[in-house]
Amino acid sequence: MIALPPALEDWFATRNWTLHPHQREMLARAAEPALLLIAPTGGGKTLAGFLPTLAELSAGPHKGLHTLYISPLKALAADIRRNLRRPVEDAGLPIRIEDRTGDTSYTQRRRQRADPPHILLTTPESLALLLSYDDAPRVFAGLKRVIVDEIHALAESKRGDQLMLCLARLSSLIPNLRRVGLSATVEDPAAIARFLSRAPDPCAILTADPGPDPDIAMLETGAAPPWAGGGGRHAIPTILDQVKRHRTTLIFHNTRAQAELFFRDLWLQNDDSLPIGIHHGSLSREQRERVEAAMVAGALRAVVCTGSLDLGIDWGDVDLVIQVGAPKNVKRLVQRIGRANHRYNAPSKALLVPANRFEVVECLAALQAVRDHTLDGEPRGPGPRDVLCQHILMTAASGPFDADALYAETVSAGAYAALTRPDFDACLDFVATGGYALRAYDRWQRLLYRDGRWQLRDPRAAAQIRMNLGTIIDTETLAVRLKGRMGQPLGEVEEAFAASLTPGDTFLIGGEVVRYESLREMTVEVSRSPGRAPKVAVFSGTKFATSTLLTHRILQMFQQPDWPGLPAHTAHWLALQREVSRLPAPDRLLLESFPHDGREHLCVYGFAGRNAQQTLGLLLTKRLEEEGLHPLGFVATDYATLIWGLDPVTEAAPLFDAQALRAGLETWLGGNAVMKRTFRASAIIAGLIERNSPGKRKSGRQATFSSDILYDTLRRHDPGHLLLQITREEALRGLVDFGRIEEMLARIGPRIDLVRLDRVTPLAAPLLLEPGRIPVEGAGRERLLAEAAERLLATAGLA
Amino acid sequence: MNGFDFTLCGAALTALPSGALWWAAARMLIVTDLHLGRSERYARRGGALLPPYETRDTLARLDADMQATGAATILCLGDSFDDSAAAGALDESDLMWLTRLMAGRRWLWVEGNHDPGPLALGGTHLAQHRAGPLTFRHIAEPGAVGEVSGHYHPKATLSARGQRLTRPCFLIDADRTILPAYGTYTGGMSCTDPLLRGLMRPAARAVLLGLPPRPVPFSGTAGQRPTTASI
Repeated sequence: MIALPPALEDWFATRNWTLHPHQREMLARAAEPALLLIAPTGGGKTLAGFLPTLAELSAGPHKGLHTLYISPLKALAADIRRNLRRPVEDAGLPIRIEDRTGDTSYTQRRRQRADPPHILLTTPESLALLLSYDDAPRVFAGLKRVIVDEIHALAESKRGDQLMLCLARLSSLIPNLRRVGLSATVEDPAAIARFLSRAPDPCAILTADPGPDPDIAMLETGAAPPWAGGGGRHAIPTILDQVKRHRTTLIFHNTRAQAELFFRDLWLQNDDSLPIGIHHGSLSREQRERVEAAMVAGALRAVVCTGSLDLGIDWGDVDLVIQVGAPKNVKRLVQRIGRANHRYNAPSKALLVPANRFEVVECLAALQAVRDHTLDGEPRGPGPRDVLCQHILMTAASGPFDADALYAETVSAGAYAALTRPDFDACLDFVATGGYALRAYDRWQRLLYRDGRWQLRDPRAAAQIRMNLGTIIDTETLAVRLKGRMGQPLGEVEEAFAASLTPGDTFLIGGEVVRYESLREMTVEVSRSPGRAPKVAVFSGTKFATSTLLTHRILQMFQQPDWPGLPAHTAHWLALQREVSRLPAPDRLLLESFPHDGREHLCVYGFAGRNAQQTLGLLLTKRLEEEGLHPLGFVATDYATLIWGLDPVTEAAPLFDAQALRAGLETWLGGNAVMKRTFRASAIIAGLIERNSPGKRKSGRQATFSSDILYDTLRRHDPGHLLLQITREEALRGLVDFGRIEEMLARIGPRIDLVRLDRVTPLAAPLLLEPGRIPVEGAGRERLLAEAAERLLATAGLA
Repeated sequence: MNGFDFTLCGAALTALPSGALWWAAARMLIVTDLHLGRSERYARRGGALLPPYETRDTLARLDADMQATGAATILCLGDSFDDSAAAGALDESDLMWLTRLMAGRRWLWVEGNHDPGPLALGGTHLAQHRAGPLTFRHIAEPGAVGEVSGHYHPKATLSARGQRLTRPCFLIDADRTILPAYGTYTGGMSCTDPLLRGLMRPAARAVLLGLPPRPVPFSGTAGQRPTTASI
C-alpha cells in the first residue's frame, strides 16, 4: 500500500476526517490495472479515486501528466478542481491541478497542451479533442492513471462509448495505464466492470457499504395536483414551508421548461424572500456559475434545478432533496436522493411531489421500489458504429494510422469487443469513400491509403472534424441576449421556438420574463419585461422513459379494489376512470375511442414505455391509413399512445395481430419520422453531415436542405448503405424499442378491450396536453391541406 | 394533366405536381434549379461525401414529366448544375441518361448564378429567353412583366388543425411566376421572406406541390419552420 503524505494525513486529522474503509482500500489496491468502485452518493467516491494519485505524486517528482480525470459534466470537473485544490494547497503538496472543458479559454487550452498539469480534469468530448491532435503522444507521455467518474451515467450513452474508444487509444499510447471507475449504486456492477476494463482483461470491483436507507416520502400538499400536465405549482406553499425548515434544498424537475415555470411561480409566492436560485443546462454559463458560487458560499436556501445537478457535484450543505414530477426511474431517484446529506452513514432526506394525478400513482410505485431495494436497468447492446466512424475520423485527424492496429484497439473497448473485422472495414470504407454502392468518390476520397497507412486526403479537413467531435446531438438552439451593445447573455432557446416568436411576445428564461425584440445574427435579442404574463418557456430538457419495473408496479397497483396508499383525490380519479371506462390491467390491453375537439381519438394503454409506445403509434397509424381511417398524428407517453384522425376506430383486434405488427415493422420501418430523426443523429455522429454552426446557418437559406432528403435518397438508391443499417439498429434498440412491444403482446395475449365513449376519459385527458406530437403523412394530411387551402381561399374571397 | 392551370400575360400554363411548369401551346416543359452534381461539388471542396444519387433521382423525375407531357422543348431555368465543373464531372451513366433525354428535343439552358457561361453539353445556352408574351430568366427582376424565373426555391407553410405543413411552391401573380426548385438536393426559402414579399404582388398565390397542387393566397402562408440540418 502506498502511504498518504504526512501533510495530507495531518490535514485530514485537523478537520477530524477519517478515511472510510473503501477509501483506504482504494489506496491499498492502487496497482490494479482496472478497478471499479461502487459507492452510494456521499460516500467520498471522488476522493477515493484521487487518493492514490495524491500519494504517488507526493512520493517523488513527476514530469507531466499523471492522472486524467473524466466526468460527464463540465460543472463537475470545475467543482472537483476546487475541492481537490484545497487539501493539496493547504498540505503544501507540489501538485498542479487544472480542468479543461468546452468552457476553458483558447489560451489556457493551448498552454495545457504545451505544458500539461499533473492532474487534468476533463470531459469525454475534450479528451477526444486532445487525442485528435498529432502531439497527443507527447501530451499524454507519463500518464499513469485515468479516473472515470459517474461511470454508471456514461455507460448508458454514446458519450461513454466514445470515451472507451478514446481510452483504448490512450492505452495504446501508454500500455501500463491504470483505469479506475467510480460508480453510484447500480443493478449490474459486472456490466460496468466489463465496460471499463481493457477487453479481455478482468476488472476488480470494490463495493462500499451502502449506508442507511433514505428517509423518503410523498409530500402532502394542501391543494390536490391538477388532472393533467402541471409542474408541481400546486405544491409551492408546502415546498416553501419545507425550504424554511431545512438548511439547503435541491428542487429537481424533469425538464428545463418546468423548472423555469416553477421557479417563477415560486418567487411570486416567496413572501419571505428566501434566497432561491435556478440552475439548468439552457442557462448561460455566467448565470450557472453565479448560482454555483452562491451554493458553495452557502448563500442559497434552495436551488430549482434539472439533471444538470444530477451528478456528483458536492456543494453546500444540502439536507433535503425534493423531486417534482414522476421520477421515471428508480435508480436515478436513488441517486438524486443521495444529493441530500453528504455525510456518510446518515440517511438522506427526500420528498416526492407528483405534478399530476397519474404521477401520484407513479411516485407511490417508486417509493415502494426504493423501500424494496429494487433498481431498474435495461442492458445495452454492442457499441454503436456511428460512434466508431467518428472515432476513425478523429484518429485520422491526429495523423496517418494502420487499420490493423486501429481494429485491435477498437475491440479492446468492452462495448466493441465483438465487432467483426468486416464490420470495422465497412466503417473505415464509409469514412474513406462514403461507402456507396456507386463508387463515385475515387477522386475525392476523405481518406487515402498510402504507404500502408490511412490518412486525410486534405489535412485541412482535420479542423472540420474537430468541430464535429462529440456524440451529443442537441436540438438547434439560439443564444438569448439582452438588447443593446454587449447585451448580457441569458441562455438559449430552441430554434423552432425562436421561429415562432413575433416581436412583443414574452417568455421565461432564467426566471425572468423577457420580451422578444428581434433576431440578429442568430441571436435572439430581448428586453426585460417585468410584470407581464409570459408566453411560455418551451425549450425542453431531457425526457426520461419510465422503466419497465415502474410501469409493471403501476399496473399491479391498478388492480387493487381501492387505494388506501394514495391521496383521496387520486384514488377518486382512478375510481372515476373505473366507473366511466376501465383501468388497464397487466394481462389485458385497454383501448379507448372517443371524439374530442373535432377529431377522433384512439388511446392505447400499452404501458410499454415511451419509445415502444411511440413505435406502436407509428405501426398503428400505418394500419389505420391502410384501413382508410385518415390518421393525422399521435403522441406517446410511457403508459399510452394517443392517436387522432378524421374517422373513428370501431374494431380493434385486427390492429394488434402480432404477425401483422411484426410484418408491418419490417416493411414500414423505413419511411417514418422517428427513423429520419434517428438517421439525422447518426449521420451527424458518423460525420456525413455537419453540426449546424451559427455561421453556416446564416449563409444562404436555399443552400441548406433537410437531412430527410438524404435519408429518402439513400433508401431509394442504396438501401444497403452502412448508415441505413446503423439507423435501423439504433432505432430498434433506442427509439423503436420493439422488444417492449413484444413483451406487451405476450402479456396481453388475445385479451383486447375497445371501449367507445362520447368524450375524453379521466385517464386519457393528460395525453391531450402532451408535447412531442408526431404527424402522419398520408391521405388525412392531403385532405387537411385541401381544407386549409379552401378556407384560405374563401377568406380571401377567391373561392 | 393533373396540374394547376393558370394564365400569365395571356399564356396558358400548368403548374405540375413535380414542380415543373408546362406550357402546352408551346409544348415546352420548364424546370429550374436542378443542382445536378451537388454531391460531387461538396466532395470536391473537401466537404461531406453525400450520397451521389441526386443526379439520377432528379433525372428520373424529369424523364417522367417529359414522357407524360410529350414536351418538344425543355427549358432549364438556371442552376441546372451545382457549378460548371460539376457538369463536367457527371457520372457516366448519369451523363448518358441526360444525353438520351436531350436527343431529338430542343433543349435550352438558361444560365444561373451557380452555372454561368456555356456548358460542355449540347443544347442552346442563353442568358435569358423570350417566347411570345413570356420572358424566362433565372433571377426575377423587379418590375418585369410576363416573367418566369427560379432561383429562390420558394416554400410555403400552412397551419391546419394545429399542424404545420410545409411544401415547395410556385408563386404566381399577374406579372410573374417563380418556380420551386426541381433538384433533389435542394432546400427552400420561406414565402414570408421579405425578398419574396417584395417581389410578389399582395394578391399573389402560392401553389403548393402535391397531388394535386394546391393554390392558396400568398399572404395566408405562415412562417416556415427552420430546416433541421445544413449540409
